[in-house]
Amino acid sequence: MQLEARNLSFRYGKGPLIINNLNLELKSGEILGLSGPSGCGKTTLAKILSGYELPQGGSVKIDGKSIPSKGFNPVQLIFQHPEKAVNPRWQMKKTLNEGWSPDNELLDSLGIEKAWLKRWPNELSGGELQRFCVAKALSPKTRFLIADEITTMLDAITQAQIWNVVLNKARENNIGVLVVSHDQHLINRLCDRVFIGK
Amino acid sequence: MLEVNNLSISFIQYEKGLKQKTIQVISDLNIKISKGEILAIVGSSGSGKSLLAHAILGILPKNALMSGTILYDGRELTTKRQKKLRGNEIAFIPQSVNFLDPLMKVGSQVRSSVSAGEKKEKQRKIFDRYSLDSRTDSLFPFQLSGGMARRVLVASAVVGGAKLIVADEPTPGLHPEVVNETLGHLRELANQGCAILLITHDIGTALNVADSIAVFYSGITIEISPVSDFSGKGESLRHPYTKALWNALPQNDFNPIDGFQPSHIEQHSGCPFNSRCTFKSSECVSKLPLIRDVRFGKVRCYHAT
Ligand SMILES: Nc1ncnc2c1ncn2[C@@H]1O[C@H](COP(=O)(O)OP(=O)(O)OP(=O)(O)O)[C@@H](O)[C@H]1O
Ligand SMILES: Nc1ncnc2c1ncn2[C@@H]1O[C@H](COP(=O)(O)OP(=O)(O)OP(=O)(O)O)[C@@H](O)[C@H]1O
Ligand code: SF4
Ligand SMILES: [Mg+2]
Ligand SMILES: [Mg+2]
Repeated sequence: MQLEARNLSFRYGKGPLIINNLNLELKSGEILGLSGPSGCGKTTLAKILSGYELPQGGSVKIDGKSIPSKGFNPVQLIFQHPEKAVNPRWQMKKTLNEGWSPDNELLDSLGIEKAWLKRWPNELSGGELQRFCVAKALSPKTRFLIADEITTMLDAITQAQIWNVVLNKARENNIGVLVVSHDQHLINRLCDRVFIGK
Repeated sequence: MLEVNNLSISFIQYEKGLKQKTIQVISDLNIKISKGEILAIVGSSGSGKSLLAHAILGILPKNALMSGTILYDGRELTTKRQKKLRGNEIAFIPQSVNFLDPLMKVGSQVRSSVSAGEKKEKQRKIFDRYSLDSRTDSLFPFQLSGGMARRVLVASAVVGGAKLIVADEPTPGLHPEVVNETLGHLRELANQGCAILLITHDIGTALNVADSIAVFYSGITIEISPVSDFSGKGESLRHPYTKALWNALPQNDFNPIDGFQPSHIEQHSGCPFNSRCTFKSSECVSKLPLIRDVRFGKVRCYHAT
């Protein structure tokens, strides 16, 4: 399978053109890096690929077919700031089980404690919250994963552990992963190739 | 300038049937920062770094129980003093971008942090320094990219002429040039006499600006080292966790040790790292080691040399 962005262009409202005629392919099982200066449009592209924003020009397809807007989205996005990605009025249990129900094995491998399920998002540390967002996105139905700076909130050991979990899942389920990061060392460790924005 | 003595923080969690459980998340923590010094704090996810920052600022949640003392400028930092000094003498760069006021344009937000002088001019100047163009002034927080929001938070904290800056993850998700600019600026402010607490996961760049590094694990300080000890394979580091943390960086081995920090829910005795430690002996299980001096640094481990 292949996720394809063709001739994408995008602007917010009447603002400047942020994405101009962009083409990108992500194959199943491929780990692709995405780097570029702050404000160049990486998160915007991540949101378009995962259907959170509609481009004014061009299209995003899987193997030439449009992505269904209903049901579980096969293109899952993990947001840059977990504190903005979760509903502050929901306990973690509800947030975690929103799209699918992650099994204990996955929760354990991400170091998510059972007791945290009963907490509110503001009762968790930044890194603990982000691990919930990772679990949510690793459904068996996920075909492509867009990871927007997902481990900058984590210490080096937890970062390496989380990437082990994500890469194992990607191998197991043949998921294509887009790794958005400013960390050149991390990109070198993880990715087969890199796409540089400007 | 700032001295935190025997700080403990716990939360009461309510269980089924009105049962209460106290979970202690910071235990007996001590740190000290002098004028002109940058102390970096690194450590495991959930080790209590943000809560330490919130305790200094006086913004812990209501259900938090705190004990211990915090001294600022030689005197106790009471709730009243915290209120008075917060936002001017003591500045805060929060980890969460939710601290930005969602309904206020970011230019005016930063102008409201300017304590003296021409507000507009100072705000423009600091934005320029952080490569935020004049279009940014009139944007609302939701219109910013992740890195722009982070830079606005930094600008807001450094614009007011603070004497103590508590920076909780000021640079995640920023490209290297901006990271260097930000940390270089913090170094400049320290050289002018400011005391800075720099909480970060980015050990690599913290090394360029900090004077020393404190390592947190499960709510306690396990090591304080000069920055020069973070090099090579970590041979000069003292605590087994610190060595493992250093070697897990992508630029080093990227090879994590197994396991996670122990849960705060269960009661533990002994060293909190013992379930993951290959040097563990019987005393490690029965009693928490005291922090002691080892080679120009401090460590909390029975077997560190
Ligand atoms: N309101 C709360 N109730 C219960 N536990 C809490 C609350 N707030 C924080 N904690 C717990 O306290 C511990 C320390 O949290 P803190 O936010 O200080 O971690 P941190 O070191 O900043 O981690 P990170 O690097 O992930 O940001 C965490 O395990 C967290 O779950
Ligand atoms: N909701 C929005 N409304 C208006 N403008 C926006 C909105 N979101 C982002 N922008 C603008 O779009 C541009 C690109 O933002 P984007 O978040 O995609 O950048 P990025 O490459 O992810 O940056 P960073 O590395 O800082 O996260 C920025 O100039 C930003 O101000
Ligand atoms: S005190 Fe014991 S268990 Fe703890 S780090 Fe040192 S050797 Fe390991
Ligand atoms: Mg972004
Ligand atoms: Mg934190």
